[in-house]
Amino acid sequence: MTTALADPLAARDHARAMAGTVVEAMPLLPPVADDLRACVSTEDLLWEETIAAGGYATRRLPRGSRLRLIDLQGDACASMLIFNAEMPTERLNVADTVKIQWNAYLGTGKLLLSDMGRVLASILEDDAGTHDAFCGTSNAATNQAKYGEGRNSGAYPNGRDRLLLGAAKHGLQRRDVHPCVNLFKGVRIEADGAITPQIGPYDAGRTMILRAEMDLIVVLANCPHVLDPREEWTVTPLRVSAWRGAITPADDPIRNETPEGLRAFLNVEDYFRR
Amino acid sequence: MTPSAVLGDPHISGLSGPIVHDEVVPARAPWLHHIAAGQTLRIVDLEGNQAVDFLLYSAADDAERYSAQDTVSAQQNLFLRAGSVLRSNEGNPMMTIVGTSVEYHDTIGGACSCESNTLRYGHHTKSQHACVENFLEANLTDGRGKRDIVSNINFFMNVPVEADGALGIVDGISAPGLTVDLRAEMDIIVVVSNCPQINNPCNAFNPTPVRMIVTA
Repeated sequence: MTTALADPLAARDHARAMAGTVVEAMPLLPPVADDLRACVSTEDLLWEETIAAGGYATRRLPRGSRLRLIDLQGDACASMLIFNAEMPTERLNVADTVKIQWNAYLGTGKLLLSDMGRVLASILEDDAGTHDAFCGTSNAATNQAKYGEGRNSGAYPNGRDRLLLGAAKHGLQRRDVHPCVNLFKGVRIEADGAITPQIGPYDAGRTMILRAEMDLIVVLANCPHVLDPREEWTVTPLRVSAWRGAITPADDPIRNETPEGLRAFLNVEDYFRR
Repeated sequence: MTPSAVLGDPHISGLSGPIVHDEVVPARAPWLHHIAAGQTLRIVDLEGNQAVDFLLYSAADDAERYSAQDTVSAQQNLFLRAGSVLRSNEGNPMMTIVGTSVEYHDTIGGACSCESNTLRYGHHTKSQHACVENFLEANLTDGRGKRDIVSNINFFMNVPVEADGALGIVDGISAPGLTVDLRAEMDIIVVVSNCPQINNPCNAFNPTPVRMIVTA
């Protein structure tokens, strides 16, 4: 410690001198992005943040907004929880998500369903194709076993503890951190039930765009997939953007793609009938 | 007289110790029971192909509970078989399947609810009884609520995943009198819904009773 910081004003000057520092993983305020499509107005941008390897981020997103996730360097793993922001006891239900859509795999056109028979988010675009609704994320015990360390305060944080911190920022507790989905890291299920992880690394820049179908709390953790076979704790930054968008119209093709999905949208529309 | 005292009881062979609890859970009903570390729970599918929706909570700290995701990732397989360790959301062993006469059990299909029934079958099923109703009813007697209902196990239920990802609850592979034996690895609270679903094959379209036998 330098003696030059022995008084509060010197400490203030020292702190203020940090302003303007740019690092790889940080939020941009106000949000700015130079790669928005022409149809997206800069004024509608809500969120622009790069989540560090091992980091997490969380955000409330309004109904209709689009959430874009970019696997910047091809080795991100976005473990995601979603809650109804207005009533967080309603949250992502991975079992209902796969059961109701009669399919194990997430991708373009698939829905992320709540435990109240409603669609929380739709997957509008996905050029990754490797996702996972089954394995959940790492925890302190799995990281300790695999990497010899797993604490938030250490170099190899685990996914569950990141999701816990993110959820806690909304007043949520341990009992609120339920099963998650993993985006960008995938699994295939074999006939005997065996889980084959699809870990990559993949090409840089793989992108997904989700649409919020309700007012949401989204919590994202970016830690190695729990079945990542590599001995080294390996993960790369995840970029997140969000912008305002139109609420899903009655003629939306994803809304109308399956009878089960349509009823999930009807339940959402009924929820907002107020 | 408990059922086990009846001579010729076909459901008690091979039990690991003396019976400390023996109860038939009626069709469609919830069940909550505390089981101590080291005790074994046998579930008997009395009439065959009856889904038993199953959750676990640590008795010492009920924010630690069964985690389907931690369980399947630790064994790198979706199906629960003899030898499967049922893990908590913090990665700790809660129970071990020490034996089962059914080849495998499900833990990806979740529990039926009034709300999910409206998606799967239509809004005409909204008023039908469902597993989440049972989970809520049982947990509400013990200080837990909706936030505590996570992805569960479905004993005696069959959910295959096809090569293209097609997945669904199909005809069961259980039969009358088949069992699963679970040894508690910590003091736990077991919460069960004896599934009331009548719109898919999980209960052969006919919910029936199951028997719970706890041995010391």
